[in-house]
Amino acid sequence: MADSSGQVQSAYTSTGVAPPVRWLLRVVAIGYVFLLVAWPVSFVVKETFADGLTTLTDTLSDPYVQNALMLTAEVAFWAVAINLVFGVTISILLVRYEFPGKRLLSALIDVPLSVSPVVVGLALLLVYNGRTGWFGTTLEENGLQVIFNSPGMIMATCFVALPLVIREVVPVLAEIGDDQEQAARSLGANARQTFLRITLPSIKWAVVYGVVLSLARSLGEFGAVKIVSGNFTGETQTATLVVEQKYQNFEQSQAYATSFVLAFISVACIIVVSLLRPKEST
Amino acid sequence: MSVKMKTAVAASLSGVLALTACSAAGGSSSEDQLSIVGFSVLESANEPIFEGFEQTDAGKDVTFKTSYGASGDQSRAIEGGLDADYVHLSLEPDMTRLVDAGLVSEDWKENDTNGIVTSSVVSFVVREGNPENIQAWDDLVKPGVEIITPNPASSGSAKWNILASWAHVVGAGGSDAEAEAFVTKLLQNTISLPPSAREATTAFSEGNGDVLISYENEAILARENGEPFDYIVPDDTLLIENPAAVLEDASDAAQDYFDYVLTPEAQADYATFGFRPVVDGVELPEVEGANDPSDPFPTPGTLYTIDDDFGGWADANTRFFDEEEGIITKLQAKTGTEG
Amino acid sequence: MTSVPLDTRTRPTRTRRPGHGARPANNLTRGAGLALGISVTWFSILVLIPLTAIVVTAAGGGWDAYVTTLTNSQTFAALTLTVGQSLLVTAINVVIGTVIAWVLVRDSFFGKRALDVIIDVPFALPTIVAGLVLLGLYGKGSPLGVDWANTEMAVFLALAFVTLPFVVRTVQPVLEELEHDVEEAAASLGAGRLTVFRRIILPSLVPAIAAGAALSFARAISEYGSLVLLSGNLPFRTEVVSVRVVTFIEGGNTAAAAAVASVMLAVALFVIVALDIVQRRVARRG
Repeated sequence: MADSSGQVQSAYTSTGVAPPVRWLLRVVAIGYVFLLVAWPVSFVVKETFADGLTTLTDTLSDPYVQNALMLTAEVAFWAVAINLVFGVTISILLVRYEFPGKRLLSALIDVPLSVSPVVVGLALLLVYNGRTGWFGTTLEENGLQVIFNSPGMIMATCFVALPLVIREVVPVLAEIGDDQEQAARSLGANARQTFLRITLPSIKWAVVYGVVLSLARSLGEFGAVKIVSGNFTGETQTATLVVEQKYQNFEQSQAYATSFVLAFISVACIIVVSLLRPKEST
Repeated sequence: MSVKMKTAVAASLSGVLALTACSAAGGSSSEDQLSIVGFSVLESANEPIFEGFEQTDAGKDVTFKTSYGASGDQSRAIEGGLDADYVHLSLEPDMTRLVDAGLVSEDWKENDTNGIVTSSVVSFVVREGNPENIQAWDDLVKPGVEIITPNPASSGSAKWNILASWAHVVGAGGSDAEAEAFVTKLLQNTISLPPSAREATTAFSEGNGDVLISYENEAILARENGEPFDYIVPDDTLLIENPAAVLEDASDAAQDYFDYVLTPEAQADYATFGFRPVVDGVELPEVEGANDPSDPFPTPGTLYTIDDDFGGWADANTRFFDEEEGIITKLQAKTGTEG
Repeated sequence: MTSVPLDTRTRPTRTRRPGHGARPANNLTRGAGLALGISVTWFSILVLIPLTAIVVTAAGGGWDAYVTTLTNSQTFAALTLTVGQSLLVTAINVVIGTVIAWVLVRDSFFGKRALDVIIDVPFALPTIVAGLVLLGLYGKGSPLGVDWANTEMAVFLALAFVTLPFVVRTVQPVLEELEHDVEEAAASLGAGRLTVFRRIILPSLVPAIAAGAALSFARAISEYGSLVLLSGNLPFRTEVVSVRVVTFIEGGNTAAAAAVASVMLAVALFVIVALDIVQRRVARRG
């Protein structure tokens, strides 16, 4: 990380930027981040624990909240799992192979990052809803309800987190090159062995990193899931939807408590990520 | 580094897996699960009703799954495939939509209460102490008064509110043109059209606006939850009647539930949350949030109804709220308050 | 390679390794071909077909209906508010993001590691929670004595919050990789610090800043969750495009929702193309 390079450069930086400028930059950076992020987020903690542990225990013992948290975990798990498989596959295909349309596919992969979650929800609704959807009518006649049910929510979450694993893995795959894989193949390993023993271990940190990012993103999805879920309390309400509902139902402190749980998990995810980040070795 | 890191990652991922395992194992499919779809303000009020029903013989093995939202939106969602056994909406046209879609039987109104299960009146919610001194409809259209009312396109409450304001003019002998002028001024004073009655209440409690037009029961519930509101039932107002029905392919338990809702016990539970009873013989409890807890539902001086003063909802809905030609739809477009 | 701008924590990419000749146009093995087929099918089911449905539904009402929806004064106000605030936030992010990246890379002080972690919080935090926390600090009852809930300031705050990490994380790796010999040479030749920054450092950062700005703008335009509770969604005042779309959806007016959504999609695609161009420029330099 920059720590080590900071040490190496200390002789440089001390002449590179005048002390008053350095202090100004520091104050601006820290001040902005404090006022915009650190202080507001601390509010969740303050509101949650304003009455000691009672709000938190009440909230966590509310069966709706419990169901919502479990549903969030379930949806996030499936979305991350699907994106992991899809992500690693696509990454390898994009880096190690050539095929017509590769450039187009690579550009399209990034689309979900820039699309609004409400657009995602609308798009899935148009195609998969049971009455007028392009595929939805046929699917529901055969027993698979997508919209207003878990599959739709999983798909919506998959959509928004789709590029995350790929964006982590692709640069690493490109960077390390395929020499080892070629060597393995020339020594007689088949594709599966090469993949499992050579490729996968070499990208494992990128994959883990991508998975943790996807997980954080999937836990926090709100807009897309709201549209496709039908908002059935206790059935298709995820934790984020519960936060909104509690807030609307005159139960603000429980809304804060649920937010605290979600925020805690997200922050734990980032800390894990920050510890995992491979140190820059120059 | 790698062992520690692997442990950290393994721990977090297995935590998620454990939660998932719980969810998969605990996936409920009990004997009878009723899917209740209701309009936005019902959630708290339904809780004691569910508990009461579960204590009856018919309700012993029944569990509930619920979904609440703006009446129009919920009705459209059911039409679009949302699973429901029993539906409780804000107003008749939202039920008619389901009848037309073949989801509710045409004779849903054939019972003692004409299909109605709860009722209320249109009222004004104001800040504690009523600083703007709002007492009557004419106070709402004074310049500078900021109104919050939900959006008629999605909310049932909104339609009740607008028609009440229309009735105020026409019921006192005014012409249609005068009523249109009045509603125009009302819309011009409206600063926000949230999608549902509950979202309107939240917007109001966040500090927007001087007056919220809403159900009397919503005002009472808000006060019971500690919101610093007062409410006024204007001297001339509209009777709100909320219909409910059992869907065509619902289980018998749904009909049992519907019958239970009309018992005096259930109606008394609803009264605790500010809903006016629709059957006789209900012992009114003390209603905490009401202006006078021991006399929570005073009769307004003039009470208009949709049937008597508007010729029934079928006509009124088309005349006022039709998507192209409705009087209110056109007024909304004119005042730019489509929402 | 995906059109990935220099990403948060990975090294800059090299698109070609020395010594390789031109690659064949198609070197898929059977297994790879099958994997590609399945992946593309899944991608179509999940992303391509639904997004196409939006375009088709938007076009379904004909050009007139499309234009009427977009020029409806409330929708138009939402569009101008969203685009305006997003541009403002992106401009602020360009400056502040670069400053923060600079401080993280070139400075060292107690607590810098904490700052680095906090930068990522907006990315990981659920957006509805973001709205709630900003409400606590800047809404009614704020300890700062301000009440910005339901004002344009609230929209700005929410967008600034969720887009904070983007420019920082695209600039940071580039700054880390910059070699100092050129800077030192210029300094030893008498160039002032500002000149060194302006002429040597900044040009190297511009592609990364541009990429971060594009991501930040796209994110800001599409933001929904944090604004639901914080902005009040007051028409003509604080209502953003995504709220408008949800109102249309819930009102059953999918054609209008699709029309507005198609505009947002067009912006998203524009951003992707811009990112791709930036990436190509960076690759050529690298």
